[in-house]
Amino acid sequence: MEKGLTRRSFLKSGLAAAGAAAAASVALPATVRGAGKNELATLIDIRKCIGCEACVEACREVNKKKYPEPVKPFPRMYPSSVKISDWSGKRDVTDRLTPYNWLFIQHATVTVDGNKKTFSFPRRCMHCQNPPCADLCPWGAARKLENGISVIDPDICLGGSKCRNVCPWKIPQRQTGVGLYLKLLPSLAGNGVMYKCDRCHERVARGELPACIEICPEKVQKIGPREDILKEAMDISRKIGGYIYGADENVGTNTIYISPVPFQELNRAIEKGDGKPHLKKVEDYMAHADTLAKAMLIAPFAGLAAAALRLANVSRRTKEDMK
Amino acid sequence: MNTAKKLSQTKLPEQKRFLRRLYVSTLIVLAFTGFGQMPIFKRYGISSIPGMGWSADFYTTHYIHYIGAIVLLALITYALTDFLVSGRKTSRLTIAAYVQIILLSGIVITGIFRVLKNLPDVVFSPAFTMFIDLAHLGLMIFYMVTALIFLLTGRKWLNPRLH
Ligand code: SF4
Ligand code: SF4
Ligand code: SF4
Repeated sequence: MEKGLTRRSFLKSGLAAAGAAAAASVALPATVRGAGKNELATLIDIRKCIGCEACVEACREVNKKKYPEPVKPFPRMYPSSVKISDWSGKRDVTDRLTPYNWLFIQHATVTVDGNKKTFSFPRRCMHCQNPPCADLCPWGAARKLENGISVIDPDICLGGSKCRNVCPWKIPQRQTGVGLYLKLLPSLAGNGVMYKCDRCHERVARGELPACIEICPEKVQKIGPREDILKEAMDISRKIGGYIYGADENVGTNTIYISPVPFQELNRAIEKGDGKPHLKKVEDYMAHADTLAKAMLIAPFAGLAAAALRLANVSRRTKEDMK
Repeated sequence: MNTAKKLSQTKLPEQKRFLRRLYVSTLIVLAFTGFGQMPIFKRYGISSIPGMGWSADFYTTHYIHYIGAIVLLALITYALTDFLVSGRKTSRLTIAAYVQIILLSGIVITGIFRVLKNLPDVVFSPAFTMFIDLAHLGLMIFYMVTALIFLLTGRKWLNPRLH
């Protein structure tokens, strides 16, 4: 049996994460906690996937109750150039991400040892360790839980789509005609709610596996503490001379893919576009925020030094005057 | 001549004017890039104005907002030190100044929490995150409204102390 990632060990870490999540849901007093240690990650070994889409179906089944039921007609939008996003009539689309499809199977045909080979693999939110969607959401609707899962609260989201805009993979998908904006200024601000994989966080909090992982007949995915998942990914990668995606992307995500072919090649071979994320190398999207936060620590000292300099100058001149 | 008097006199009008201009322009930049954190500049066509395309890029406005915050923090510490050591001997703060300072402190404190939240491995409770986001925005709106009222009614921050 492969190390450390049995169902029992997952349940244990799941329960620990559930405890942490319960503690985190205590609203006040708010605390700042290190989240790194409790993070769960998934391992996706693309060699195993047969593209059966059982995971896609399972995701749709367990998340059906969370899917948007928009109110129609949609409010008139000002200015009229504002586009609405309506997927409610296309709920059965499964070949891309939509508000009604949070997981889809991507296919890549590449050449391995001179032979053409097609790989299939599940794609959905990467659950970044430092998620720009959550960092930059202006309302706190998108946020990261202590167990590393990032979620968008449908009761708070106004559907401005900023999370998709700043996401390195443009994951969240909008449905117009639903959510809080309808109760505020529907014509002037907001445009619905953003939807994406929430890593079945309620199931995880109960110690259950995410639906897509549980159903998979080929055991393509695994979930466990990030350190263990990463270690296992490295071991496999070393053994097969393979490649890893997600370990360093955007500094690190909680989704680690393993492939026997380089991800640049897979990226070239997949269909990309709206709702169909790439597999490119991703730099640290929040690097500027980390660097400038450090500069912010120095700023008050600079102000203090400038004031001290001025005061010292004046007092020196006063003394000179008195002589 | 005592040091306090000397200090108030050496505060050259140009220097004062420069600092005031820097403060006001920093606040304008912060307000603009802060509002730009909401997805409104694209929607309302601000980013289609020639030369304003950058205003719809959240990473650009976020970067500028952080730079503005650094300048503001340095300015605040400078002004605070200067006032506590010398300024308060010759002038006192008006009610308008107290109102603005309280609002500004709130903006800075909520801003600091916002910066902390954006660091890797820092997680706030959901309610606190939302409180910080809305308070930062709300306090800035209050600051702008009161600043406008004080400007129109000619209220200044400092009154000379009459001995
Ligand atoms: S991940 Fe598993 S369930 Fe999903 S398509 Fe691949 S083999 Fe099927
Ligand atoms: S992949 Fe995109 S949506 Fe998912 S956590 Fe990262 S930034 Fe957010
Ligand atoms: S973790 Fe849950 S929500 Fe995410 S893709 Fe899998 S089944 Fe869907």
